[in-house]
Amino acid sequence: MKFLIIIKRGKMKNIIKAICSFSILALVLTACGDSSKKASTLDATKKQGFVKCGVSQGVPGFSNADASGNWTGIDVDVCRAVAAAVLGDASKVKYTGLSAKERFTALQAGEIDILSRNTTWTLERDASIGLTFVGVNFYDGQGFMVRKTSGLKSVNEFKNGVKVCTNLGTTTELNMADFFKSKSVKYEPVVFEKADEVVQAYDAGRCDTYTTDKSALAAQSTKMKDPTEHVVLPETISKEPLGPVVRQGDSKWEDVVRWSLNVFIEAEEYGVNSGNIDSMKDSKNPAIQRIVGAEGTKNGEALGLDNQWSYRIIKQVGNYGESYKRNLADTNIMPERGPNQLWTKGGILYVPPVR
Amino acid sequence: MRSLNFIKTRFFSSPIDAFLTLSISYLIYLTIPPFINWVLIDATFYGETKKDCIDGGACWVFIKIWFTKLLYGLYPSEEIWRINFAFAILIISIVIYKYLNQKLKKYLFLFLVIPFPIFSLVLFSGGVFGLSPVDTREWGGLFLTLVISIFAIIFCFPIGILLAMGRRSNLPVIKYFSIGFIEFWRGVPLITVLFMAGVMFPLLLPSGTNLDKLVRVIIAITLFEAAYMAEVVRGGLQAVGRGQYDASKAIGMGYWKSHIFIILPQALKLVIPGIANTFIALFKDTPLVFVVGLLEILGMVNLAKTNPYWLGMATEGYVFVAFVYWIFCFAMSRYSLSIEKKLKITN
Repeated sequence: MKFLIIIKRGKMKNIIKAICSFSILALVLTACGDSSKKASTLDATKKQGFVKCGVSQGVPGFSNADASGNWTGIDVDVCRAVAAAVLGDASKVKYTGLSAKERFTALQAGEIDILSRNTTWTLERDASIGLTFVGVNFYDGQGFMVRKTSGLKSVNEFKNGVKVCTNLGTTTELNMADFFKSKSVKYEPVVFEKADEVVQAYDAGRCDTYTTDKSALAAQSTKMKDPTEHVVLPETISKEPLGPVVRQGDSKWEDVVRWSLNVFIEAEEYGVNSGNIDSMKDSKNPAIQRIVGAEGTKNGEALGLDNQWSYRIIKQVGNYGESYKRNLADTNIMPERGPNQLWTKGGILYVPPVR
Repeated sequence: MRSLNFIKTRFFSSPIDAFLTLSISYLIYLTIPPFINWVLIDATFYGETKKDCIDGGACWVFIKIWFTKLLYGLYPSEEIWRINFAFAILIISIVIYKYLNQKLKKYLFLFLVIPFPIFSLVLFSGGVFGLSPVDTREWGGLFLTLVISIFAIIFCFPIGILLAMGRRSNLPVIKYFSIGFIEFWRGVPLITVLFMAGVMFPLLLPSGTNLDKLVRVIIAITLFEAAYMAEVVRGGLQAVGRGQYDASKAIGMGYWKSHIFIILPQALKLVIPGIANTFIALFKDTPLVFVVGLLEILGMVNLAKTNPYWLGMATEGYVFVAFVYWIFCFAMSRYSLSIEKKLKITN
């Protein structure tokens, strides 16, 4: 009854007014949204003067801030390469630290334009959530760490009842289950939420082995009492190709990111690095001429950039090998390049020709 | 002799007492000395890198090197004066507040609640008056913790009071709206609310429109805590005697007037411990913004401890954060006690 009284007093008019104005506001917002949707990411990036890059909240060697607030890491270098190519300055990147859960929606919602956050390329992610993986900048895979005193030399030597420490609710746990099932070895999982807890449990002797991605195994081992007591077994039980991701349906931007990554890797193949690129300008090798942006190369134009784009990437960020050394080898996270070595040197790092 | 007697009567008056005293002493002996050793005696205070630290003790070098980052996050270092300036004003105002007369107090309070937050927000984000803009994505550390909790506290308090009054209202629309609102927000976990605000909400918006993530998060926390605040205040409203309502009506006061001048002052005074509780809980809930990628002080510790050159510093980081949280929460609890004491005189 009271509600009717309100209506009688004429308040209903106000309510209708409020609803109307709200819908008009919503309409205006929608209109604004549609107009900006059409602008390509490349043009928008050139206009705003920085690359919007999504990184992790701290993964050693991949994306991390140092004590003076600069982001470093092999994933960060992908964004810096794109900034060098598009804007001419590798430092023009705005980083957004993202949790694993929100990374894809942040990209879809346009909060970031490149997701470079050690993300595994899988069919489901590529096909079903409106994203495109542009390449691989790190081949990771799940491995096992054991104590040297155990005498184990291979994953095939695990016996029934082996206690395995790992993280809760990740693909790591599923891969582990698959692996032990295929070997028909009975195992006892010891799972924890946080990486620190897993390491502590393993270090305290609660498990015989510790499994996670190989890049993480080495990084985590530096937290142990005596890292030299442990060894990572040679086998890799899963494929984890990590790479940068962009939104689906903007092929110009996709190309820019893909070829920034490719030229970054190809430069190492031809021995072009940040130190020698200026002297390489005189090289007779056409592939090197294309990388340094010598006269007559048209690669940049095709991408909607100028022809010095690749020169700037190598000059400012370095090539893949330099980035790897700086972020993963010198920091003792993955001193051995393993599969991340160039295809010419026994690894699987192979990119299409930049021409 | 007297002290011996004291010990005997207090700690060893019966076999059970003696057993409890001994076992608790043993527990203290087991835990406290190693902790003190770790925190102080074996700890390393001087140095620049992880290598300077000695095994077995805490490595406070980690906190020393990362201190500015833990306080200010990734805020550009040449702009940090803005944060210091705003917080200096806040601290000075709080200190001089005590020594002002009633009238000036009122003005200062109004200044702190309305123009000051707006002023500091403008100062922090920049982009006007020649200040270079600083994205909220660069805000972090203790600074972000305080921004989130102060704004949420300022907004959730009045909203909570209105909801509490609304729930007791005779107008069904208002009453059921308030009940629905309170029960909805109390019924969902904060982490879900933050996840919706941080991750799902931008997807619902038309693409291109964007509400800053920090704003979304503060709104989410405010609404969430307002629901709790409403129930605390409602407890106070119910405790105020019916006579007070009737009396204020009898002297011709309307709904608002009687609530503002008669009912609320009494009701709020009764629920100060509950309000302080809610504020402290709010402050301690802020690390949850980690799920949407905001790096408040705990997030900064997580970032710092995953730096390749500082791996394995988790314990130091967490102990430091616990200490910072304890200082703030303890200060809040003491402050609420002092208000309680001050208001008791009239009772």
